[in-house]
Amino acid sequence: MTDTSLSLTIRAAREKLRAREMSSVELTRAFLDRIHALNPSLNAYITIMDDEALAMAHAADERIARGDDTPLLGVPIAIKDLFSTRGVRTTGGSKILGNYAPVWDATCVARLRAQGAVFLGKLNCDEFGMGSSTENSAYGVTRNPWDETRVPGGSSGGSSAAVAAGLCCAALATDTGGSIRQPAAMCGVTGLKNSYGRISRYGLFAFGSSLDTVGAITHDARDAAIMLAAMEGCDPQDATSVDVAPIRADLSGLQDLRGLKVGVPKEYFIDGMQPEVEQRVREAIAQLQALGAEVRDVSLPNTSLGLPVYYLIAPAEVSANMARFDGVKYGLRVQGEDLIDTYMKTRGAGFGAEVKRRIMLGTYALSAGYYDAYYIRAQKVRTLIKRDYEHAFETVDVIAAPVTPTTAFKIGEKADDPIKMYLEDVFTLPVSLAGICGISIPCGFDQNNLPVGLQLIGPAFGEQRLLDVAQTYQATTDHHLKKPSLSLSL
Amino acid sequence: MYDYDYDYDYDYDYDMLTEAEVERIALLGRLALTGEEKARYARQLSAVLDYAAQLANLDVEGIPPTATVIPIRSVMREGDAVFGSLPRAEALANAPSTDGASFVVQATLDND
Repeated sequence: MTDTSLSLTIRAAREKLRAREMSSVELTRAFLDRIHALNPSLNAYITIMDDEALAMAHAADERIARGDDTPLLGVPIAIKDLFSTRGVRTTGGSKILGNYAPVWDATCVARLRAQGAVFLGKLNCDEFGMGSSTENSAYGVTRNPWDETRVPGGSSGGSSAAVAAGLCCAALATDTGGSIRQPAAMCGVTGLKNSYGRISRYGLFAFGSSLDTVGAITHDARDAAIMLAAMEGCDPQDATSVDVAPIRADLSGLQDLRGLKVGVPKEYFIDGMQPEVEQRVREAIAQLQALGAEVRDVSLPNTSLGLPVYYLIAPAEVSANMARFDGVKYGLRVQGEDLIDTYMKTRGAGFGAEVKRRIMLGTYALSAGYYDAYYIRAQKVRTLIKRDYEHAFETVDVIAAPVTPTTAFKIGEKADDPIKMYLEDVFTLPVSLAGICGISIPCGFDQNNLPVGLQLIGPAFGEQRLLDVAQTYQATTDHHLKKPSLSLSL
Repeated sequence: MYDYDYDYDYDYDYDMLTEAEVERIALLGRLALTGEEKARYARQLSAVLDYAAQLANLDVEGIPPTATVIPIRSVMREGDAVFGSLPRAEALANAPSTDGASFVVQATLDND
């Protein structure tokens, strides 16, 4: 039996709740049943919060009965397992935090909680967000709902698979180098990577502190706007959070794209990429043009340098951020002969291969004698990449490009070759390095019925325009409405 | 020149990190590695560093480094606001070893 009745947008769920068609408890139970039926094969959830979810749903029903009405009240969502959730196990996808239960909520989690959202559980991801396939999770790979022999992308693969499979209405996620956009593309859902600083990161496990951003994976752009509106805004607990004009979450205004200038960078269409990905993306750009947008070529000449720059800067930041895992205050401890030996044994046993690889790489790049040659030089080239976009945005409003060079690849296909894996993110890394915003929206399928994503890129804090353009595209196309058929025997 | 390198096919024909170098980095990073891991990381780190070497040929004279993308400046705090602090029991809740009042760790100083 194929059941897509829980492929519900946040808005559709709210509509059912508002109309008293069903209670939040009933809706939450339906999602939990579906999760218990499908998660054994998909492995999207690390932790299912049955009791907490039903308690939150009950509280939401009481608020609804009192006449409360917020955009997320009573709506079942889920949370990438990198966000602190008070009293609920939070692993970061790592063995080193197998039994860790935070004593506080991340700010964005607290804001969603205050809105009355219901938390169904914690979603699988590559360990501490480091990876492009969810294969680096200590809790097993998540399977792509479109083809269970393939990866869902990563690092937010649990988030993208859960939304695609109807295992939650929306999912909290993070993007450091592509971890929202790439899995969204591979699972045929919508993923908004917000500008650096737009949403507080307090309570998020730090990975690359100059790159980490919070966002959501949703069924469509209108839900992405609702999630952003619920979470954004300056937070005294995060010195890098910035106050900007709040998002207008109602995206229904735009009739067409007349007056919009769309840039197409030739550096994002390259030899070696899957031809069908290029075709679908070019068709999507033609659709933007048909809606009235003016399409012109732009050049981002330093695009290919994003990868080497990222794989020096991000590991350098990793090597510093992972230092907190010392087996003293929380997490795993493997006792050694002395304190240093305990540190080394704890970290050697607790971290997976990719995290160790990045700690090693970052430690090397920051070590005496190599700091200027690697780290400082990478930071200078980062400036060039950032300037490329600033220059392009002098003449265009948004940039349209692919999200990934290929559709979802087979589980295990790239697991032994770090550079092949890193190349998956070649079209998303430069946006992260520049700190600007990008959204991945479904734009069709390849011959294996695997989803293809269109990436729309905007300047820093340009989310409103990105969302308006994405919504206008989705109002005139149906790629985002297609869902995988999953056999479900309840 | 735009050189995409999507089909980057790395051979092993570049300067490999030695096992001693890998051990030095692992010690700095506080990671106990197995012999198999040391050999694998020597190979993989060498490949990534070789890939990163393409940055060495760029002219970045006069280009300022980007450490953060948002304009952060030091400001004087308006005054200390007093917050409640984390209760001791919560601070200790996730610790691998405590005596009920403190984290318990091995001695860091020698007796002699």
